[in-house]
Amino acid sequence: MTRNFSAWPVLLVLSLISLPLAIMYASVFVDSFTNTPPGAILPNEFTLAHWRFLVDPSIAGNIWVATLNTFIFALSMVVIVTTISAMGGYAVSRLNLPYRRFFLAGIMVMHAFPSVTLIIGVFLVLQFAGLYDTLAGVIMVKATLMLPFGIWIMKGFYDAVPWEIEMAGVQDGASRFTVWRRLILPQVKPGLIALGVFAFLDGWGEYLLPRILAPTSEFRVLSVYLQQISVTDSINYDFNLFKSVGLYYTLPVLIVFIVFQNRLMNIFGGGTKG
Amino acid sequence: MPIQLQDFTKRFDNTTVIERMNLEVHDGEMLALLGPSGCGKSTTLLAISGIHRVNGGQILFGEEDVSEQPSQKRNVGVVFQNYALYPHMTAYQNIAFPLEVRGMGREQIDKEVRAIAALVHIEQYLERRPGQLSGGQQQRVALARALVRKPGVLLLDEPLANLDAKLRLEMRSEIRRIQQETGITAILVTHDQVEAMSMCDRIAIMNEGQIIQIDTPTEMYRNPKTQFVAGFLGNPPIAFVNGRASGEAIRLDADEVTLPLPTGARRPKDGEPIVVGIRPEIFGVNGGSPIGGRVSFVETQGRENLYDVALPSGAVLRSIQPVRHDISVGDQVTWGVNPDALMVFSQDGTRL
Repeated sequence: MTRNFSAWPVLLVLSLISLPLAIMYASVFVDSFTNTPPGAILPNEFTLAHWRFLVDPSIAGNIWVATLNTFIFALSMVVIVTTISAMGGYAVSRLNLPYRRFFLAGIMVMHAFPSVTLIIGVFLVLQFAGLYDTLAGVIMVKATLMLPFGIWIMKGFYDAVPWEIEMAGVQDGASRFTVWRRLILPQVKPGLIALGVFAFLDGWGEYLLPRILAPTSEFRVLSVYLQQISVTDSINYDFNLFKSVGLYYTLPVLIVFIVFQNRLMNIFGGGTKG
Repeated sequence: MPIQLQDFTKRFDNTTVIERMNLEVHDGEMLALLGPSGCGKSTTLLAISGIHRVNGGQILFGEEDVSEQPSQKRNVGVVFQNYALYPHMTAYQNIAFPLEVRGMGREQIDKEVRAIAALVHIEQYLERRPGQLSGGQQQRVALARALVRKPGVLLLDEPLANLDAKLRLEMRSEIRRIQQETGITAILVTHDQVEAMSMCDRIAIMNEGQIIQIDTPTEMYRNPKTQFVAGFLGNPPIAFVNGRASGEAIRLDADEVTLPLPTGARRPKDGEPIVVGIRPEIFGVNGGSPIGGRVSFVETQGRENLYDVALPSGAVLRSIQPVRHDISVGDQVTWGVNPDALMVFSQDGTRL
């Protein structure tokens, strides 16, 4: 790369802007391992006491079960959303299906709908179907709400694959399904990976739906766990414990993001075509 | 395998693109579908391949009516303009794909792929992906993929359009060589008359969904049936001048020039408006009927020069001659036209 101008002014501005964020992360990290005397700014002792929630279920229940639940929830998102979007996106992009325009318009509208506004209707449907207060119910609702986004993104990726590849595949004697699986799917893999990561992160961070649609269930995700230890008016409210759980909860997100950040950007590169 | 189209009709929604077209391709022949863009030649090709459904008429491969068969069953090899290679597979996997789909054993596939790779000269590139191949090599891989399962028919959709001039020349003879070595019946779709004339046994010229004329390249050039065909073939193109019949002669409009009617042409009625076609190579010869005009443009082509000669009426004739230095733009010239090679068309474009 040739440089037309020096990079340091840009870097300086960026660091200044992101300084509050960096300080915040640093203080969360430091606070979760130390104790600070009241009134002081700097901590005075190192302790692992704030991480006792990892081994002591008496604080707010078993964190490992909550972690496992969150993983199950997030991975279900990945599986359901990528599978259905991979097929649905292909269908609306390539197949001459009846009511295609209607579907596309519906997907667009659903995509633009904030999920909170649907919550009463969703609640009634779940209640009626007997899925209220179950893991399966929450997973289905969350996945459904993510699908319009997923299908739309995948449609954009499929639209970018040339028709001729499909024609060539058919001419080579392959069925439409084989063409899709062996020839077209590999072309949209970057989009599928990005969508999967996105679905994972979205599922991992979901709070509202499990809280409302499965309030008493045994199934408890990390976001609900976090909420339960942060009841600010309780006597034994431990702010450093809250920070530690928060850090624990954020860690996988940070790791996933660092690993996949380039792939995530793909969504905005390939998914823009309407 | 011989191919036959009988009353083939194709509509898109309510637009009829091709109406009742008849075409016969002989076994082992290479036929060009030549025409301007939008004339329906690619539509015809895709209908033969099975990607487009026919709306009427029949497509016969040999004796068999394949009109209702899906692409997968037709056993047709197609080379697309952009080659449509599968970008995530190596050249080897690309060529092997049609055989894999058929469930052929691995050893057999390997044998077939290597044999076809040898035919199209790409043995050393088999492990590369399409992105790592040059345009000409991609073209060869596409040809190999189309031919590897020994189709009865090979269809080529503008196969040379994406290549640079030098490669185009090379692939032109390569495709012809491969076609002749395999003895396969082939249809080439192109808008480039040079490709059609140099590669094919016969040319079918199409316009607006109709085949205007089918002939060998030489015959087509020498003996076009309509003004459209005459204007489409030939580079530099033929010049047309309006005129009127008067007895045994033709009077060019607004010019004091009379030309004798070519022998063999049907006699037009006296005073009937006609169009005279003059190819560049028959104007500027020694002898013949003289036509005078002013040189309005000189195009250097290396071995030859192309002269545009404007007649007093404003019509422009073209003359191609060996390079000469005695003529420059603005000169008045009087050059001869070989009267026997003139082409005369009636007002509606049919040859007299």
